[in-house]
Formats: sequence, C-alpha cells, structure tokens
Amino acid sequence: MTQERQFGNTILNVENVSLSFGGVKALDSVSFDVLEGEVRAIIGPNGAGKSSMLNCINGFYKPTECTIAFKGESHHQMETHQAASMGIARTFQNIALFKGMTTLDNVMTGRNLKMKKNFLWQSLYFGPAVKEELEHREAAERVIDFLEIESIRKTVVGRLPYGLQKRVELARALAAEPEMLLLDEPMAGMNHEEKEDMCRYILDVNEQFSTTIVLIEHDMSVVMDISDRVVVLDYGEKIADGTPDEVRANQRVVDAYLGVKHD
Amino acid sequence: MSGDNAGINLTDTFPKLLAHNALTLCDRVSIREKAFGIWQSWTWSEVAEEVRMLACGLKSLGINDGDKVIICGDNRPRLYWSMTAVQAMGCIPVPVYQDSVAEEMQYIYEHAEARFSIVEDQEQVDKVLEIKEKLPALEHVVYDDPRGLRNYNQPFLHSFQDVQELGRKHNSENPGLYDDSVASKSGDDTCIMLYTSGTTGRPKGVMLSHNSIIITARNASNMDGLTDEDSILAYLPMAWVGDNLFSVGQAYTTGICINCPESSETVLEDLREVGPSYFFAPPRIFENILTTATIRIEDSAKFKQRMFHYFMGVAKRVGIDILDGNRVAFIDRLLYSLGDLLVYGPLKNVLGLSNIKLAYTGGVAIGPDIFVFYRSLGLNLKQLYGSTEACVFISMQRNGEVRPDTSGKAAPDVDIKIADNGEVMFRGPGTFQGYFKNEEATRETKTDDGWVLTGDAGFLDDDNDLHIIDRAKDVGKLTNNDMFAPNFIENKLKFFPQIREAVTFGDGRDYVASFINIDLESVANWAERKNLAYSGYTDLAGQESVAELIKDCVEKVNADLAVDENLRSSQIKRFLILHKELDADDGELTRTRKVRRNVITERYSELINALYSDASHCEIEAQVTFEDGRSGTIRADLQIRDAKVIGSNQSVAAE
Repeated sequence: MTQERQFGNTILNVENVSLSFGGVKALDSVSFDVLEGEVRAIIGPNGAGKSSMLNCINGFYKPTECTIAFKGESHHQMETHQAASMGIARTFQNIALFKGMTTLDNVMTGRNLKMKKNFLWQSLYFGPAVKEELEHREAAERVIDFLEIESIRKTVVGRLPYGLQKRVELARALAAEPEMLLLDEPMAGMNHEEKEDMCRYILDVNEQFSTTIVLIEHDMSVVMDISDRVVVLDYGEKIADGTPDEVRANQRVVDAYLGVKHD
Repeated sequence: MSGDNAGINLTDTFPKLLAHNALTLCDRVSIREKAFGIWQSWTWSEVAEEVRMLACGLKSLGINDGDKVIICGDNRPRLYWSMTAVQAMGCIPVPVYQDSVAEEMQYIYEHAEARFSIVEDQEQVDKVLEIKEKLPALEHVVYDDPRGLRNYNQPFLHSFQDVQELGRKHNSENPGLYDDSVASKSGDDTCIMLYTSGTTGRPKGVMLSHNSIIITARNASNMDGLTDEDSILAYLPMAWVGDNLFSVGQAYTTGICINCPESSETVLEDLREVGPSYFFAPPRIFENILTTATIRIEDSAKFKQRMFHYFMGVAKRVGIDILDGNRVAFIDRLLYSLGDLLVYGPLKNVLGLSNIKLAYTGGVAIGPDIFVFYRSLGLNLKQLYGSTEACVFISMQRNGEVRPDTSGKAAPDVDIKIADNGEVMFRGPGTFQGYFKNEEATRETKTDDGWVLTGDAGFLDDDNDLHIIDRAKDVGKLTNNDMFAPNFIENKLKFFPQIREAVTFGDGRDYVASFINIDLESVANWAERKNLAYSGYTDLAGQESVAELIKDCVEKVNADLAVDENLRSSQIKRFLILHKELDADDGELTRTRKVRRNVITERYSELINALYSDASHCEIEAQVTFEDGRSGTIRADLQIRDAKVIGSNQSVAAE
C-alpha cells in the first residue's frame, strides 16, 4: 500500500475464544480485533485453527467460551443465520455452491435474506413479487458485472472450472451486500493468473464497497501484499498480530513455519 | 437519396447523416448494448444528443480541426458515438485493434500524431499510460468504463461522462458551434483513417473519405435490399474496415440497428439472443460454428445422429436449389420442409442464425464444403472480395449466382481489370484517398487515373466472376518453372477441421513443403474418442497418430492438386506439425490472422532447412509471448514426415 489507509472503529472484537473437539484444543483463548474497512488476514500452519476461527465468527461452531462482538453487539453463542442477517457473509474452503444450479441462480440465493415476500408470493410471481424479483435480479447482475462472470451467467456451476467456481462463490457472498466478508482460502488451488485476478477483486470489493474483509490464505506473498494486518495462529494459539512487516520479522512466526530444532 | 438543398448536400458526411436520421428515424432504435444482463437501447435522436455533448466536450478540451483521435476498445456504443463526435468537430478518428500490445500502439499514436485518444477501459488506459512518456503529442485520454480507474488521478484522464458534462456547458454557451462545425465539412473530406495490419513492414494509415464509405454502403444496401428493419451484431474489431462499413456505414445510410455484445466471450450467446438478420463473419467463424455443431452431433444419441445425417443429405441434394428458387420435385420440397422442422430450424436457432436474411463471408477463401453446408440449410451466405483501400466491396456475389469457388461479380459502380502480371485492379467510389504521410506507397498502389492495385493475383472467368488465387507477391515458381501459389495450397489444407493454420514453402525450391498447426478443439475431441492421452497442445501435436491423421489430410490435398495440370508439381512432399500455435502476439500472424511469411521464414529457418534435407526430425527452440506479456521459450523435437505424391511429374519423381 503506497498511501496510509484510514480505518474506522472496531467492527469485530474477538475475545478469549476457546474451542475443543473432545480432547483436542482447536483454539485456546484467542483474541483479536478487526477494524472497519480493513483487510485482515489469519495465517498459520496446517491445523493451526484458522478455519475453526472463521467458523466461530459466523456461528458455525459454538466455542466453549468466548465473547464475540460484532458492531458493538456481543454474543456468546451466535447462530449462523443471525450472523448472516447482521451482515456477515462468507465463502468456504471447499466450495459450497449449489452445483446443479446456474451461476445466476446461485448468486440470487445470496439475495435470499433481503427478500421480503414469502414463499407463496414468490411462487405466484405476481405484482409486488415481480417487482421485488426484478430489484434483486438487478443487484445480482451488478455483482456479475463486477466480477466479470457474464459469460457463465447461464452455465450450471458444476460444469465450471475450479477458479471460476471460487469466483461464483465470492459473487454469492457479495450479493448479500455484507459489511464483513469472511473468505476461507479464496485462492487455494488457483494458478498464478487466477490468483492475481482474485486479489484484484478482493481489493476492489474492499475499496469500492468499503467491505471489511477477513481472509485465510496460505500463499504468503498474497497475504503480505493485500492485507493490512495479520493474525498468526499456531496450535490454536495466537502467536503474533500486526502489520505484514511486523509479522514477517517475528521470530515465533518464523519458527512456526520453518520449525525449530529440538534439543 | 434526396438531400441536395441549394447545392449543399445534407447527407454526405456521417455527422450530417446522424442529424438527418435523428429527424427521419427519430424513435427507431439505432444501437443496443447488453449491460447488467439486459439489452439497453438508444434511439437515433438520443444518439444525436449523446454525440453532440461529447463533440462539444472534446471541443472544450481543445480539440482542433484536423486532429487525429485514436479510438480503442471492444465494440461499445460510446466508442461508435466517439467516431461521429470526432468527425463532427472536423477531426479524424483512428480506430486501433484493441488487442494490440503497447509497442504496436505506440507506432500508430506517433505516426498519426494523435493529440486525443478515447479508449474503453482500464486495460486500454494502462496500455496508454505505459507509452504516454514517449508520446509528447498526446494531450488527453478519455475512457468509457470507469471500473478500476478510481485511483487514477492523472490530470489528462477524463471519464466519458465528465467530457459530456463539459460539452453540455460548452454547448449552452456556444449554441451554434456544433451545427456550424458539422455543416462546414463535405463528403470529400477524410472520414476515417484505418491502419492496415500489413503482412510486411509497418502498418500504413489508409485515409477514406465520407463519400467513399457512404456511397459504397448505400450501393451494397440497395443491391441486397436491406432496410431499417434489419439488424446486425457488431462484434468484429472496430479497427477493421468491414466493421466501419457494416456497423457504421450501412447503419447510418440504411438505418440498420447495431447490437453490441456484452463481452467478447459472450458473442455466441448474444448472437442467439439478438438473432440478427444481417451477418458478416470471416470463414474461420463459420468453420468454428460448424466444428462445434459437428462435435455435439457426434456426441449425441444414435437416433439423432441418423436423423441429422439423413436430413443433411436431403439438404445437400436440394437445399441450394430451393434457396436459389429453382425447380425442385414436390416430394423433395416436402422432405426439406420436414427437415427444416426437425433439423435445420433447430440447428439454426441454436447457432443464432434463425433470422438471417443475408450473410457474407470474405477475407480468405472459405472451404467449399462449409459454404455449401450453410447454403443448403437455407442460409443465404454469399462471398465477397474486398480490401481496406476499397471500403470493403470490390466484388460480391449476387442472389441466384452464388458459386463456392468465386468471389462474385464487381460490386455496383466498381470496375475490375486484371493487370498484365495477373494482379487484380479496381476503380470505384470506395477508392481510398491515399496512405497518410506515405506518398511513395500511395503512388505504388494507386495509378493517376484511379486504378488501385490490390496485390492479389486472380482472373475473371467467362461469367465475369472474379477468382482470387493468392497474394501476387507470394506467388512464386518451383525450380521446374511451375507456378507455386502458397495461399491456395494452405487454404486447401485449412479446409480440414483438424488443421488450423498451414504455411507452405516452395518458391525457388524443388518441391513444396509445409508447416502445419493442428486445430486443438477438433483434434482434442478426436483424441478423446480414440482414448489418446495427452498433456497439452505441444504433446498432442507431437503424437504419432495425430501425424497420421494430418498425413491423411495432406495426401487428400495432394490428390486434389494432382488433377490440375498446373498444380501437379505443387503437391506437398514433406511436412511437419508445429509444436506451438502461430500467434499474432509473437508477430507470426497479423491481427486479422494472416500469415507473416518473412517472420516465419526467419524464425523457423532451421525447420525449413530440415524440410529440404533428408533429416527425419529437427530440434527447435521458439520464443513465445504469454497472455500477460512476459515471454519464454519452448523447446521441442519435431518429426518431419513424407507424404505420398501422385503422378509422375519429373520434379517429384526425381527422387
């Protein structure tokens, strides 16, 4: 980043999140905060608890103890639909799209929470329901245009290459007009060019819609390039937190990634 | 056309035609574009308003009479309007191929001395910024699509809307300015400058007058009976003369509605949605459509395949006669109608060709099988022969006189003659004014009495139909003094769907040899059905069985050539399959996909030497340019194969 970026207040505050699967401690008293408008990365070696962290934030996992405050409202245990209606949208590490539906229909499902008319109105497709449908279609089309996926609008998602499916998943998340976007390894399995495109889109989303972004990523060069601040987890513990440069210089982070000699 | 009023012609330039159409066709749709999934339309009067505001905006930025303005991007309504707006201010638009790399553009910017440029999006702005330092003459850059450009704060960058806003103010302060400027120009003024891609040397700027384009466009519309009810899909590059004639010339003179596709990847889908009535495509596109359709038929159920082949047989037998209005037996008519219901209609619908009243192809020769295929479906596909220097039309086929192997008769008002050396010459309303800043080339191409040398060798047959053989300068001689026409042979090879590109050698040689590029889509599908494993283009191209497949094609071409006395010695004796596709980014093809022989001869000299030796293989290292502009090398060991030649001609039998 060439110029100093300005961020707003704390949008998400995570305090002392602990999560266990039986005897395994996936997360152990992890705390960090996310500011409005920033790109926040969570990194760490395999099994460090990154995805678990994301799953706790959007209520998919129920941590044993924690305080998670989103926009000042704190919740002990949040349901996923609560998270979604509060303005948190996410993508998954292993794409979770409706494979038999077209790109457009998938993106439209992202609008679901914004639809006011009930199932009966929608199935009759009459009067106000038509108007509503058209409004949502327009919003979906804006996202399609933004991510440049016009040519696959009517293609069944299951037939698309991996890189494009990832983009469709981002489109669906964006269609919900979230305030905060959780991206779980958005660039996994992509080639260099696809990664560059995806970075561009993430930064564009962040700048154009001022969406706060929390992402997990393995590709270090990507993380260091696009994120404003980085949290590093290792064995469920937070071992570092700061700007990419600070994190890169941190000895514990280097050890976590490269390993340390045991005497 | 009536338009003469006290000696002033009111429809002899494009800005004047626009004003005229805004009055006569006011609420008819002039242009459509698909945006956010919906086709948006602009009527003629709306277009006139948009153009006026842009023109005045450019004026307030300081554009002067005679300036050249570069226009670069996909077919977008705003870029089409830009051309007219620029002309309205007495300036000359110079459309540039949107896929040119920055250095190619730099030459044109410098040569045209452009002060302004109007480009489509971030991609094009980035290219301009890359070369901006080296272009002291360039003062302002206007862009259409603001996406991704919010952090670009260079003072010389302006959004289209901002310029129009400036124009609104300027127009209200100087109300008569636009109309006066439009009225001050006449049909003899330069309308547009098009840089020809040029298979040799630097591109040349062809200057065309308003009259040339308007008269040629009107003649063509009248001949084919086009009206303001017709529509066309504008998907071919704006820098190509054809798009200027079809999507601008005929649109303005005839009122044809233009449809701009959503993006270059959605063209086939948009074609289906729009269902245009008038269509131009180079043979390559017709081939691609047919290849895709054939592949899908081969993948379909047995019953459908049998039905398809049966009715295609019927169409082949009687389709063309029905199209030409000849007598056909009642039972055949009935079968054809049934075929139309079951096969031809649905097929045309899938291809987006249901409403086609008229389709043209040209540029290079089209395979007779492909040509006959479309015509037998009831699609009025015709061939034309043209060039940038002629505003497209030199010759065109008339309804009822269509044959697969000719380019038709001279276009209306055009004269054709054949020079002593066999070169085709023409004279007509579309003749260009000259090459910009290149008197010498103009004199070489255009005689004092208005005849233009096309550079193509050809002849007129007994019906006065024009046959094009080859580029005149490419026609050479084998050592036994027999004629060698490389393009002619290459086209025969390219008629096979498995072969995408071919380059033949033979001038001053004992025999003909050839490079071949396989067609990835077609060969890959064939390989799949044969259960052949391969990792990519290079691997597939190097497979033994692929070589056998190609050898088959080459030998069929040889059999074809052996029939003709003059061409018997042009049979291909040795060939190799290239490990990479010839590419315009590597300078091996022009932007219009014509082979650059000198580049290829130079780059692959080792391979050519190997073709004319006993070697059975040859190692090669080739430079490739990747999509993102970086370059690398590919190394490969290519097998050279002998093909069977037929006949006992001495030069061949000498072996």
